[in-house]
Amino acid sequence: MKSLGNVRRSFAPWADSSARPYIAFENVTKRFDDFTAVDDLTLHVFEREFFSLLGPSGCGKTTLLRMLAGFEEPTAGDIFLDGQPLKNVPPHRRPVNMMFQSYALFPHLTVADNVAFGLKQEGMARGEIAERVGRMLKLVRLEQFASRKPHQLSGGQRQRVALARSIAKRPKLLLLDEPLGALDKKLREQTQFELMDLQEELGLTFMIVTHDQEEAMTMSDRIAVMDAGVVRQVGTPAEIYEAPSSRYVADFIGNVNTFEGRVTAIENGMADMAASDGFAIRTHAGAHGRSGAHAYFAIRPEKIEVTRQRPDQEHNAVEGEVWDIAYLGGLTVFNVKLDSGTIVKATVLNTERGVEDPIGYEERVWLSFTPDCGLLLEN
Amino acid sequence: MSGRWSWFNITSVVIGFAFLYIPIVLLVIYSFNESRLVTVWAGFSTKWYVEMLGNEGLMDAAWVTIRVALAAATVATVLGTLAAIALVRHTRFFGRTLFTGMVYAPLVMPEVITGLSLLLLFVSIDMDRGFWTVTLAHITFSMCFVAVVVQSRLVSFDMALEEAAQDLGCTPMQAFVKVTLPVIFPAVLAGWMLAFTLSLDDLVIASFTSGPGATTLPMKIYSQVRLGVTPEINAVSTILIGLVAIGVITATLVNKRRMVADARAAAAR
Amino acid sequence: MAQPEQANRTGGSEAFRRIAIVVPYLWLLALFLLPFLIVFRISLSEPVLAMPPYAPQFDWSAGWQEFLEALSQLSPANYLWLAEDALYRNAYLSSLRIALISTALTLLIGFPLAYGMARAPERLRPILLMLVILPFWTSFLIRVYAWIGILKPEGLLNQFLMWIGVIGEPLTILNTDTAVYIGIVYSYLPFMVLPIYATLERMDHSLVEAALDLGCTAFGAFWKVTARLALPGIAAGCLLVFIPAVGEFVIPDLLGGTETLMIGRTLWIEFFANRDWPVASAVAILLLLLLVVPIVLFQNAQARAQEKAK
Repeated sequence: MKSLGNVRRSFAPWADSSARPYIAFENVTKRFDDFTAVDDLTLHVFEREFFSLLGPSGCGKTTLLRMLAGFEEPTAGDIFLDGQPLKNVPPHRRPVNMMFQSYALFPHLTVADNVAFGLKQEGMARGEIAERVGRMLKLVRLEQFASRKPHQLSGGQRQRVALARSIAKRPKLLLLDEPLGALDKKLREQTQFELMDLQEELGLTFMIVTHDQEEAMTMSDRIAVMDAGVVRQVGTPAEIYEAPSSRYVADFIGNVNTFEGRVTAIENGMADMAASDGFAIRTHAGAHGRSGAHAYFAIRPEKIEVTRQRPDQEHNAVEGEVWDIAYLGGLTVFNVKLDSGTIVKATVLNTERGVEDPIGYEERVWLSFTPDCGLLLEN
Repeated sequence: MSGRWSWFNITSVVIGFAFLYIPIVLLVIYSFNESRLVTVWAGFSTKWYVEMLGNEGLMDAAWVTIRVALAAATVATVLGTLAAIALVRHTRFFGRTLFTGMVYAPLVMPEVITGLSLLLLFVSIDMDRGFWTVTLAHITFSMCFVAVVVQSRLVSFDMALEEAAQDLGCTPMQAFVKVTLPVIFPAVLAGWMLAFTLSLDDLVIASFTSGPGATTLPMKIYSQVRLGVTPEINAVSTILIGLVAIGVITATLVNKRRMVADARAAAAR
Repeated sequence: MAQPEQANRTGGSEAFRRIAIVVPYLWLLALFLLPFLIVFRISLSEPVLAMPPYAPQFDWSAGWQEFLEALSQLSPANYLWLAEDALYRNAYLSSLRIALISTALTLLIGFPLAYGMARAPERLRPILLMLVILPFWTSFLIRVYAWIGILKPEGLLNQFLMWIGVIGEPLTILNTDTAVYIGIVYSYLPFMVLPIYATLERMDHSLVEAALDLGCTAFGAFWKVTARLALPGIAAGCLLVFIPAVGEFVIPDLLGGTETLMIGRTLWIEFFANRDWPVASAVAILLLLLLVVPIVLFQNAQARAQEKAK
């Protein structure tokens, strides 16, 4: 099988069936009254992994994190950390630290005292604390703010104090709850890379909750896409993007066009599908293709070609009218309305400066793609 | 809200404050009046202050009042803070509705009823009325005010702070003492001050629940006022007003200094 | 995210949780609810010349039979008497009337003050706010007392009015209902101003500008936008003035006349002067019933305001 995208580094313990998971959720369920936040969930995360829980709000990702930190107990199932069951271990006894969404900086303490809080609690010697705090503040570049109170800091500075505080105790596992949610876009992008460097440098396991797919894609070794208390798919960013297991995942990460239809035939691993939009699709059958079955064909906008002439292929080509054009600089997005009424999104990379006679509004165009470009999905 | 500060606005503010402050100012001015006739100005004098200090009954009452207020405010602050925690943190326990009702009811209860009911309790358990009964009564109604003040702060308290403390190795109790208490401390202090002044101020409940030897200052003032206005009472009032004014203004200034420091720090970053 | 139950979050400190609930709970049961039940029970008793001055007495050591016997002697006679006697009826009605009129007057003075404060330059507002709160911290009794010297026939108000020549003869204000109105308005003005100010201060002035832009006159914009949006504050302020005013004792006692009937004062007289504890208790229970309606209204208004704040 060919590799999907680039793996950030040669690190894939999940592919090794003998590797012991560092964190294991085994059939964990968590109910609040009649609301099921986490539903019979099993998930394994490995040491030194940068793992993201991605999903819309209410999908149970924060609850998962809070169960790991000890703020919630599972209603059913077990959680193991480094092979040890976490049941009934109170938060202060867990070798886990958390960076809170609101940062939860102690407002009555200075930056230095915030960072020192956990160390003092541990009973570390004074000199050692001072030295460690100094190092932490240097790491997050806040040395000159040591004696400030949290409310005298900017949002980005607070975020870094929270980070310093949560790694001061050298936890093996750091939980991050929407750590960058309160920052503006530029700062967020910069901080993403800082977090990645930090994780690699300290050799920690990071488990991060986010609803921002771009953030998850940028930083993670693996992502778990969650929905309504269950994990819909776990995989590397490339796997999630290129081989989503369902329309939900495909739709959640990036843009996607889906065509509904019926599989008419399967031959040599290739499936023929009659799209209800009135054209024939030929693609790899994959795991989901069954002859005669109702299916969906998902394809990313950048994998669709836009031409004036009818391409020379029997399958995978459909005609429509340009409905909308959005010029985004690096690329141009075409919204093309098929004769069936469906709007299809296609992006075209602008590789040259200025094009003679560009495709305009209301023009008739052909959309086409190769059999490798899309994916057949069951649901 | 903003917009133009019109003449109408300025006038209504000036009239409003004149109404609020002229009686107090006149009271203070006439405490320095030479004449016993409170309404005729006969020259400046501080003799009523001297007389007041020599009035043993008044001084005794003041001393009783301060002791009651200190004791009542302190106990009420502890109880009220606990009640606030129960209200905010514990969403479910047996009889919570009754508890909530009992915390809020004294806030709107006419003092005559509170006073009467407590007296009848003390009578029916045969408790001698005096310093302790007044103190118990004051604790009971002022703890509810403390509870409301602390509650409003606790509601906006970010629970993540306590969780963060536990995450960093605190037991729940340590997290409360090291993080929650310091953070809500201004509200607790405000609750104490409120309880203290409520107790200092109270006439009606004290009249019902007090006994021989435990006459509070408001009771003393009241019995003298019923006989007519005297410059001595003006002098006592002036001192009380002065103390409150100093307290409130100091608190405001301290706050302001802190705010200025914060603003400077913010500007410097 | 789902809001987990907060009780769970404090984790295992079960003992502390119990203390926080049990201690204040028991205190209030013993010193708030129990006294109340005693008042209710005494309101069903008969006055006697003894100490304590009511009958029947429950003798808990006398056994069950005796207790039932005593229980059967309780009767609603005091309530019937209160209902029949015009004096008490009038006291209740006049309490309501005085409280209503005073509340209206307080609103009349308080709203323009709150409005003026809300429109004041921003740097002035904290000072103005402190000036409104400051009297609240000073003794209620003293503030009422201050008016005696002003309102009495040879008092400062009459002296001033005669000096500027508005009147030739001193007006009788002290010991009338008017003095009671003045006293209530004066004492409770901060309660009216603060909630109204709070709603007005939060209000976005561009709403008024939008109304003007859409063709309202200045007064129309004020009436249709500002006043309308201040309604929750006005309601809260009115209740905060009305409720304590109904049961007020000090103000009618010091500023009102002998014919100023207010229920708080009636209770006081029944208790201290007539030593009729059962009737005083019945008066208290009825006063409380009178207040239940506005209190429930107030609670609802607060709950709604909290909902809105969320």
